[in-house]
Amino acid sequence: MSCCSEQTGDAAAVASPATGEGPQRFDTPEALAAYVERLRAGHDEGLLTVLVSGGTCGLAAGAREVFDALRDQFAEQDLAGRAVLKLTGCHGFCAQEVLVVVRRGGRETLYCHVKPKDVAELVAAGVAAEGPLERLLYRPPEDSQVRVAEKGQVPFYAKQQRRLLMNNNRIDPLNFDDYLLQGGYLALAKALETEPEELIGWIKQSGLRGRGGAGFPTGIKWELTRRNVESAFDGQEEDGHCYVVCNADEGDPGAFMDRSILEGNPHALIEGMAIGAWAVSGDTSAACRGYVYVRNEYPLAIEHLQTALAQARAANLLGEDILGSGFSFDIRIVRGAGAFVCGEETALIESIEDRVGEPRIKPPFPVARGLWGMPTTLNNVKSWASAVMVVDRGPEYFASVGTESSKGTMVFSLVGKVANTGLIEVPMGMTLGEIIEGIGGGTQSGKPIKAVQTGGPSGGCIPATMLDIGVDYESLTKAGTIMGSGGMIVMDETTCMVDTAKYFVHVGMEESCGKCAPCRDGLQHMHHLLDEITEGRGRAEDIDLLERIGKHIRELSFCGLGKTAPNPVLSTIRYFREEYEAHIEKKQCPAGVCKALVVYRIDAEKCNGCHLCFKRCPVDAIRGEVKGPHEINEVECIKCGMCYEACKFDAVRII
Amino acid sequence: MSTVDLSEIDDLLVRHKTGGGGLIELLQEVSNRYQYVPREAVERISEELGVPLTQLYSLATFYTSFKLAPPGKHHVCVCTGTACHVRGAPRLVETLERDLKIEAGGTTADGKFTVDTVNCLGTCAIGPIVTIDGRYYGNITSDALSRLIKKVE
Repeated sequence: MSCCSEQTGDAAAVASPATGEGPQRFDTPEALAAYVERLRAGHDEGLLTVLVSGGTCGLAAGAREVFDALRDQFAEQDLAGRAVLKLTGCHGFCAQEVLVVVRRGGRETLYCHVKPKDVAELVAAGVAAEGPLERLLYRPPEDSQVRVAEKGQVPFYAKQQRRLLMNNNRIDPLNFDDYLLQGGYLALAKALETEPEELIGWIKQSGLRGRGGAGFPTGIKWELTRRNVESAFDGQEEDGHCYVVCNADEGDPGAFMDRSILEGNPHALIEGMAIGAWAVSGDTSAACRGYVYVRNEYPLAIEHLQTALAQARAANLLGEDILGSGFSFDIRIVRGAGAFVCGEETALIESIEDRVGEPRIKPPFPVARGLWGMPTTLNNVKSWASAVMVVDRGPEYFASVGTESSKGTMVFSLVGKVANTGLIEVPMGMTLGEIIEGIGGGTQSGKPIKAVQTGGPSGGCIPATMLDIGVDYESLTKAGTIMGSGGMIVMDETTCMVDTAKYFVHVGMEESCGKCAPCRDGLQHMHHLLDEITEGRGRAEDIDLLERIGKHIRELSFCGLGKTAPNPVLSTIRYFREEYEAHIEKKQCPAGVCKALVVYRIDAEKCNGCHLCFKRCPVDAIRGEVKGPHEINEVECIKCGMCYEACKFDAVRII
Repeated sequence: MSTVDLSEIDDLLVRHKTGGGGLIELLQEVSNRYQYVPREAVERISEELGVPLTQLYSLATFYTSFKLAPPGKHHVCVCTGTACHVRGAPRLVETLERDLKIEAGGTTADGKFTVDTVNCLGTCAIGPIVTIDGRYYGNITSDALSRLIKKVE
């Protein structure tokens, strides 16, 4: 954990290329509003703009190289002045990275799988000329002849409502003017001119609930904090403190929503936290300080957040006397040191306080006694960013989509065996089926969907027969899982549910802090039983035993990690009991995953003797000559899967 | 025998004493300098700051990002997040363990490779993923990984 070396204001105060003015420091809300007006006046919305999706996965796919090549081409073709080039945050359609969007007069053309060698042609045909360049357009998997040019018509985007993620598609996260141009920090200015109680009223009215998993109403959390601040420091001479904390310790394996917002739109978090700080402490004698606790595995997110913090300080949007309001607030970054349990709010607080991340007993809740014993509001990245939307566009706008009890949109990382993997944002209440089939395009393999998992190690698996349920907090809980922070993992028939349950229990077991026995010992016991089952040594009574232990852990554990860790097992037993029984009674793994229960064989009819498997086998367990029949020696075979991966003719079978 | 140059952390200790900041932060800085947390450095911190060794080691062993032994020349890391798991990450771990003859978390006898697993890199869409010295290799197969490792000098 570290409060990183933070740049001084001067380093970040850069002259505005957009308006040709010097560095801006806003002493009044009017000065900010006037500057935003000047930016808008000087901005030509119809200007030809080329956007490269540059989140971590985009960069991993080569976005930086594509961007550099584009920049060279822009120079070569002398496009400066006529077109703008930007490296933005993640556009979400990770399966098609590197993504390049060409915006011309409000129309957006999406180019997929762009490589540096394509850039010259792309610029010539799609940027300098009207385009589009057919070759790189989106191709629906069901029909290879069709090309979709318009970004909004690509099924992956068509069914989404990208509100929270909108800026990810539009702004260069390192360019402060870009954020201001979208009305950035006007919500903060508005908040500072609003009574804190009224502000909290807006948040309550919007129906915003915590986006980190549990779904506690954010407005009520803020209100409770404020009451505690008022009662704790009421009439006291000495100044008290309170804290707003952002939980960006996105530990759920299979989830990257928060990272994407931090990378692509860091100012939204800062603005949201500043609004929250005013709401809980404005007009009281308590000073409010902010912390962002972020995973150390997210270097790009940390870098962008640091830059954004420095920009905000330089512009008088953080620090002393923000916008001349008399209100002061600043944020420090704390880097996590790799402990999943620190996603639990009290463990996170312990970690900021420089101790091992063991959770505290609740109550007192952090709103009463949190960081250093002071009232603390702790929210997820998406919750903070949503607060900006509520203040900016009004609670009615926020609540205009969603269900009765779950308002707004939710961001999911749609991953696993789905065709269109990526980051999506949909209104609460959309059915799982619409999400997976409509946006996700079904499974990658074309095989039927078997289950979908939400909520990470705290959630459960929902079978394909229940895909008609809508995603909201209550429906998912009823189905035996949780909303979680937004991981959504699709599974097909080649995913073994027992193995999946074992995987999650293993995560829970490894990450248990060890403070309480039910979680520490119970998860080990469960893992042992699951191990026995997947190894073919399961006993008939093990299923009931797993359920019993699971219920004990759920009821007796100290914190949320233990209380939810048995969910993956309990939900898979609930919906896929027959798969457990197949492992135990028939010693079979229907999905062909559990190594001890499968054998590898070569289908003599499909094998054409290409000899590739023979070459790949690391233990020489395959016999056969080139162009002749091949065979796997089952005794020598270590079931590593190399031959299965190597065979281009589907001749290797897992039985 | 100690080959750890402790003068490298003098400035960190000075900064810690004057500027505050936490012990976890200090250990992270130490870890950044040496690529692990050397015992000598922990002892030095304990002496200089008057913090019990047990307190420092409770932090260094609780948080998984701290390594207590020097890593190999190349760092290979397999993402074992859920999305990667269902797309075959366990096979990648097995491949590395078999090829390099070490367990995940270990370093080869010649000090060339350290193999780790990580719960999630957050790049689930291109899973399974392996990073080698920080570079991402997405949608990788056991076979491709096996060949890739052979090419690392």
